[in-house]
Amino acid sequence: MITLIAQRLGHGCLVIFVVSILAFLLSSLVGDPVASILGLNATPEDRAALAQDLGLNDPFLVRYATFVWNALHFEFGMSWAAQRPVADVFAERVPATLELAAVALVISLGVGIPVGIVAAVNRGAWWSSVMMSATVVGLSLPTFVVGILLIFVFSVQLGWLPSFGRGETVAIGWWQTGLLTASGLKALIMPALALAISQVALVARLVRAEMLDVLRTDYIRFARARGIAPRVIEFGHALRNTLIPVITVSGIQLGFLVAFAVVAEAVFQWPGVGLLFLRSLGSTDVPVISAFLLLAAAFFVLINLAVDILYVVVDPRLRVGSTGKVSVH
Amino acid sequence: MTDATRLPPATTRLSVARVWNAPISRSFRRSPAAVGGAIVLILLVGAALLAPWIAITDPYELATLDLLNSRLPPVWVEGGSWPYILGTDNQGADVLSLILYGMRTSLLVGILAVCVSCTLGTVLGLISGYLGGLVGVIIMRAADIQFTFPAILLALLIGGLSQALLPAHLQAELAIPILVGALGLSHWPHFARLVRGAVLVEKTKDYVDAARLTGRGRWSIMFRHILPNVTNAIIVLATLDIAFAVMGEATLSFLGFGLPPTEPSLGSLIRTGYNYLFSGEWWLVIFPALTLVLLVMAVNLVGDWLRDALNPQLD
Repeated sequence: MITLIAQRLGHGCLVIFVVSILAFLLSSLVGDPVASILGLNATPEDRAALAQDLGLNDPFLVRYATFVWNALHFEFGMSWAAQRPVADVFAERVPATLELAAVALVISLGVGIPVGIVAAVNRGAWWSSVMMSATVVGLSLPTFVVGILLIFVFSVQLGWLPSFGRGETVAIGWWQTGLLTASGLKALIMPALALAISQVALVARLVRAEMLDVLRTDYIRFARARGIAPRVIEFGHALRNTLIPVITVSGIQLGFLVAFAVVAEAVFQWPGVGLLFLRSLGSTDVPVISAFLLLAAAFFVLINLAVDILYVVVDPRLRVGSTGKVSVH
Repeated sequence: MTDATRLPPATTRLSVARVWNAPISRSFRRSPAAVGGAIVLILLVGAALLAPWIAITDPYELATLDLLNSRLPPVWVEGGSWPYILGTDNQGADVLSLILYGMRTSLLVGILAVCVSCTLGTVLGLISGYLGGLVGVIIMRAADIQFTFPAILLALLIGGLSQALLPAHLQAELAIPILVGALGLSHWPHFARLVRGAVLVEKTKDYVDAARLTGRGRWSIMFRHILPNVTNAIIVLATLDIAFAVMGEATLSFLGFGLPPTEPSLGSLIRTGYNYLFSGEWWLVIFPALTLVLLVMAVNLVGDWLRDALNPQLD
């Protein structure tokens, strides 16, 4: 178990190392910090002095080390577009994205798991296959298309829900939450649904496949032979083992949700990290892009690590030194 | 598929009856979802291919457009008129024609992107699986690192950065190659992992030893002996991947990092049309969006059936 965790930890460090090099190259190769600070009319002497001050003449390794050191202290420099520290810009936007992703995760697991279980237990029933066909439709719905259709129906046609923004927010410390106000909740409904729909389909299919696998195993057949009621077998015996992979799935889901939040945020002009990322890509705001790369890498590595550890904790079979890595396409 | 007893008698002649009675055709006919998906797919692809002949306006020839016909709603809505079945845009271009041309571009980008990811992933997967060693480890490590990030985010990053770094006049010109590269590069690890896994299984089989004993070279064994035996799995993944690539094209274009508005694709049409959603011209965005969903769904249905029919060990 410890070997496994150490292995995954090593992999995580490797990922962050590679991404930090990319982020560093990006921020040192694109744009000219001297010109952006002094303007175009500065004398060559001033430029040289500032370049010296900024450490631009230092050897590569020294500059990389400085970059990493600053990043570890959440100092990513100034955003070119906002003219404010990148860390501040991120801090005010992270809550919006996390709230959106968390609500979408609750929806996708809360709907997807029961649908998958019901479809597996009642396999062969016509409505069970209808439900599975419906998940193919769900998988084929791109996030932004769902968002547009929702806006068309509920904002343009019916006028029930706001089509953009986050509504009013309440501050809890530095965390601005939209979950406590009526307008904040109203604004959250459509982006969260747009984000969740294809994930609901994905979760339902995975849970169904997993449950069907479990229902085929020997101990389930043995339980049937003993004459235990089918419902008890399904929910007492099978469900418990079905839910183990769901842990992996929900971690990966959270990752996907944060990635696709970029798209949902663009459709609904949701003031989160995703929208910030798109804007900085559009305006080549390099400090923001490179900070986004690093933070995203750290986030995904942490999620993967948490999933791996939880998986070993929950599934005793993996504790015996084997490296049973489960990958989900 | 290597089960010799189930193979039909060896004959090279293809006859209608033989194709009709083949196990794969039977399984196809038994699956209503696959038949439905295939019919929709053939209709859509056919219409896209025939666009220059059946479209009533050509989006690349602005001179043919008539501003008098601009902003017409679909025919069944009051104010709509034939032959503009799905209405027209603000320049008088027929929406149905735009969709047909857009689908061509979307399919072209999608298929090229899958070619890139499939070729790259298959070659690297073969090398990593068959040759192994340090090169193999490095390849799979690279794939693992890339797997940490959701593909769509990578595609967005590659596409967005390359557009940002290019001079403005080249952006529109190189939009398609950039998009193909971004989508292709973001998905090769899926193929590499699949192929590597399959190769590790095939490698232990007798025919590989036999080929080695007859003095075949490593590359010949990899590409002429092992590759043909793992194609089923690759075909399934490639089919499903077209759905991802078409969706990815649309997503990137919608976000403004794909094709420019002058190059109609399903994504760029939705992006342009989205601006008119609030001014009441809903047909400019809803119809391209529905076409995209239909196209992706048809590919997914066919791919799903293929997965069950060819039954490769997809992870």
